[in-house]
Amino acid sequence: MYRILQTLLITLCLLVSAHVTGPRAADDLGALVSALGTAKLAELDDRIGALAKSGDPRVIPVLEALGEGNLYARKTDGGVFLTTEKGASLVLVDPLTGSAIGEAPKGELQKIKVNNAVRRAVRSALGGLTLFSADTGARLKAAQSMRQTPNADALEAIEAALAAEKDATVRKTLDEARAVTLLVSDRPDDDKRAAIKTLAESGGREALGVLTSALSSADASLKPDIEAALQRIEQAQVFWNAGQNVWYGLSLGSVLLLAAIGLAITFGVMGIINMAHGEMVMLGAYTTFLVQDVIRTSYPALFDWSLAIALPLAFLVTGVIGLAIERSVIRFLYGRPLETLLATWGISLILQQAVRSIFGPTNREVGNPSWMAGAFDVGGLTITWNRLWIIVFALAVFAALLFLLKRTSMGLRMRAVTQNRRMASSMGIRTPFVDALTFALGSGIAGMAGVALSQIDNVSPNLGQGYIIDSFMVVVFGGVGNLWGTLVGAFSLGILNKFLEPYAGAVLGKILVLVLIILFIQKKPRGLFALKGRAVEA
Amino acid sequence: MNIKARVTGAFLATVLSTTAFNGAFAADDTIKVGILHSLSGTMAISETTLKDAMLMLIDEQNKKGGLLGKKLEAVVVDPASDWPLFAEKARELVSVDKVSAVFGCWTSVSRKSVLPVFEELNSILFYPVQYEGEESQRNVFYTGAAPNQQAVPAVDYLMENESVERWVLAGTDYVYPRTTNKILEAYLISKGVKPEDIMINYTPFGHSDWQTIVSDIKKFGSAGKKTAVVSTINGDANVPFYKELANQGVKAEDIPVVAFSVGEEELAGLDTAPLVGHLAAWNYFQSVDTPANAEFIKTWKGYTKNDKRVTNDPMEAHYIGFNMWLKAVEKAGTTDTDAVLDAMIGVSVPNLSGGYSTMMPNHHITKPVLIGEIQSDGQFETVWETPGLVVGDEWSDYLPDSKDLIADWRAPMSCGNFNVATGKCGGKGS
Repeated sequence: MYRILQTLLITLCLLVSAHVTGPRAADDLGALVSALGTAKLAELDDRIGALAKSGDPRVIPVLEALGEGNLYARKTDGGVFLTTEKGASLVLVDPLTGSAIGEAPKGELQKIKVNNAVRRAVRSALGGLTLFSADTGARLKAAQSMRQTPNADALEAIEAALAAEKDATVRKTLDEARAVTLLVSDRPDDDKRAAIKTLAESGGREALGVLTSALSSADASLKPDIEAALQRIEQAQVFWNAGQNVWYGLSLGSVLLLAAIGLAITFGVMGIINMAHGEMVMLGAYTTFLVQDVIRTSYPALFDWSLAIALPLAFLVTGVIGLAIERSVIRFLYGRPLETLLATWGISLILQQAVRSIFGPTNREVGNPSWMAGAFDVGGLTITWNRLWIIVFALAVFAALLFLLKRTSMGLRMRAVTQNRRMASSMGIRTPFVDALTFALGSGIAGMAGVALSQIDNVSPNLGQGYIIDSFMVVVFGGVGNLWGTLVGAFSLGILNKFLEPYAGAVLGKILVLVLIILFIQKKPRGLFALKGRAVEA
Repeated sequence: MNIKARVTGAFLATVLSTTAFNGAFAADDTIKVGILHSLSGTMAISETTLKDAMLMLIDEQNKKGGLLGKKLEAVVVDPASDWPLFAEKARELVSVDKVSAVFGCWTSVSRKSVLPVFEELNSILFYPVQYEGEESQRNVFYTGAAPNQQAVPAVDYLMENESVERWVLAGTDYVYPRTTNKILEAYLISKGVKPEDIMINYTPFGHSDWQTIVSDIKKFGSAGKKTAVVSTINGDANVPFYKELANQGVKAEDIPVVAFSVGEEELAGLDTAPLVGHLAAWNYFQSVDTPANAEFIKTWKGYTKNDKRVTNDPMEAHYIGFNMWLKAVEKAGTTDTDAVLDAMIGVSVPNLSGGYSTMMPNHHITKPVLIGEIQSDGQFETVWETPGLVVGDEWSDYLPDSKDLIADWRAPMSCGNFNVATGKCGGKGS
């Protein structure tokens, strides 16, 4: 009897406790979120799907954190938290309520591992969840992700969103997303035909991809439509490809111009074969690194300004080093080109190894300020911001230099000294002083080029070596002693290179350019824009 | 023989052997180890770290009492990224400094340049870098990965987990990428990939303008099939390549890039936030969570007095190679080349990823293969690894002229290119 009573009592207790914990267990979302913590990589896909199916907007921050690798599980109890890093510990936030929990050392938490497949799942789940968001940007992103990963089940949701959408850009993207999704759905052929038409009109590589993959699985009746659409897009692409090549050529040209423009002064105007020119570029890049390093540790808010701060500093640093080189070595070697070549080559090795000893042989990280990261589309062209700014910068430097040489008294003296040293000297110009300043100017400009090049190349002691040959090539091709020649030379070599590259490959393309330059120099030894007059003959 | 006579005999023997020893080794109480890594020139970026790692390993061993009761002494030379100079410096290490073993080289061309020297002077080289295979030499131990320990499993991973159907094989134009891509192309075709779904692209060393190639990759990837890039791009060219990928918005979720020459050291010069999810295949990552690795990283950071220094795969290869050599010398009881060469085969030492690596008769070692995804902090996170250890395969099974070849340096075969079809030693590479 006693035993029966005891059993009853225990059952009762269990029932009561079950009832008390009941509402919590019923909170599916909480359970679904904590299930993320225990899932293996392969299972995460399903769990994300389950979360997305709930349609609850509270899921959005959880999925975002998961995709970005900020979702952690506590080792002791398996609790799942959104986290932000703070020194050696993590700040924990409850995933559903968004309330702060406090801090915990990193060792107590385990990051929920994600891979590309999981990130894709997160992206498409988020797309479905934010399709009706109040924020236009979020809706656009959702529409883009729907367009990227077509899923037949989402068709009705897209159509509903399309009906409610007011913003023109989002509408257009949604329209394309609908077309893409229609193609993989089981709607009637007429709808699909309309979708193919929409895609053909939108053009672009994404549409090309969708249509090509649809071609293999489409009905025989649809195939001619798809083929016609493909042909239409491809024709438009041919035009845009040519435009893209010109753009890439301009961009490569601007890099060549930047690298060569300092040399156009030291070699072109002064006639010094300066093998240490590349190292000036490298020192400019390292100045940028130092500036960014100081900003990172002390003034993080200034990061977007780091390049503007680095530019004058790089000019000064390399200008002073250039001045020192001229005063200590080169001035003793005027008129002896072979010795100058050897001496400056020695200097370049010394500078390289010095940087290697001070900063170490490995690459240094130079970041892109936010206004230089990313890209935008113009029609079928993808234009990256950093390349655009480098073109602008190269042209600005060129214009400033031209102004300095042609419109200021300093420039007048420089030209006078280089054209007829003895005559200039008789006129009272201090020629050694002008020589030193001219060399410093050329070096300083190389340093500024280094600031720009640090944005696209790696900052290592070898940085300069990669540009020295190209720089000489541009200056010789454009015509020694002529700044305009350097400009035209740089851009024409850049464009030529980029038109050859798709057909000949990068290696052969470069060789072909060199061969063409050799042939050209045979025909016109003084380059594109040869200086004329008695000064040249002397 | 009475005890007295025996003691005298032993005494005499000791004196004699000591004199003999002195005569042969010029009164040195140390065992010399050569380090042949470029400390200047283009390859300094990668090789200087390995020199430091070797110095640390030797230092640690000396703290534990050295080897055979003697201290180890490092002899460092700088071949300055100049391939013929590698051969000269190797000769100097072996014949002038009389080192017992050399740890060094990075590029395949530097290794090829020193091979005849080690053969002629009969010394030992430990080569720590992943390479193209198609070689097995009596005096060389290859502690880096052969293609089947890196490239082939990486492609398998992409095929199975990411269902990739179209492949871009992009590499720098020299022997390692060309041979690896040849093997990969043959492998992919054997797996049923159509030749038009493979795009092969080579670029010069230090290539910095990636606009056209990245846009070609995007174009190639828009054919409606899942596309991946297999990158054998080397050294300096990687940073501008990844910067261009990030700027043109090539996301790992859409077109993943798996690299064989990009490790923690290369990522140190990059903002990796836009690159999260791109992959690398190695046999070791700094993020591997084992006690041995934690200890190694701690020692490394302490030795370099720099908390930001990273560890990488070739460092682990030197760690394994160096420990194998120690064990083999202890086993042989001497640093004599022939004895050590025999003792090396079958030696098994712990690696840093929680298992044991064994030296196989083909002078390659067993290793696990790890696939990692780049994280925003510049580290890799292992997303897949081979269930067991993979034996380095020196002669690829996927190339027609090397599939019949095997290497086995144990007596009686003692051959680096034994042709199983003809049953003779000799063939390619002889």
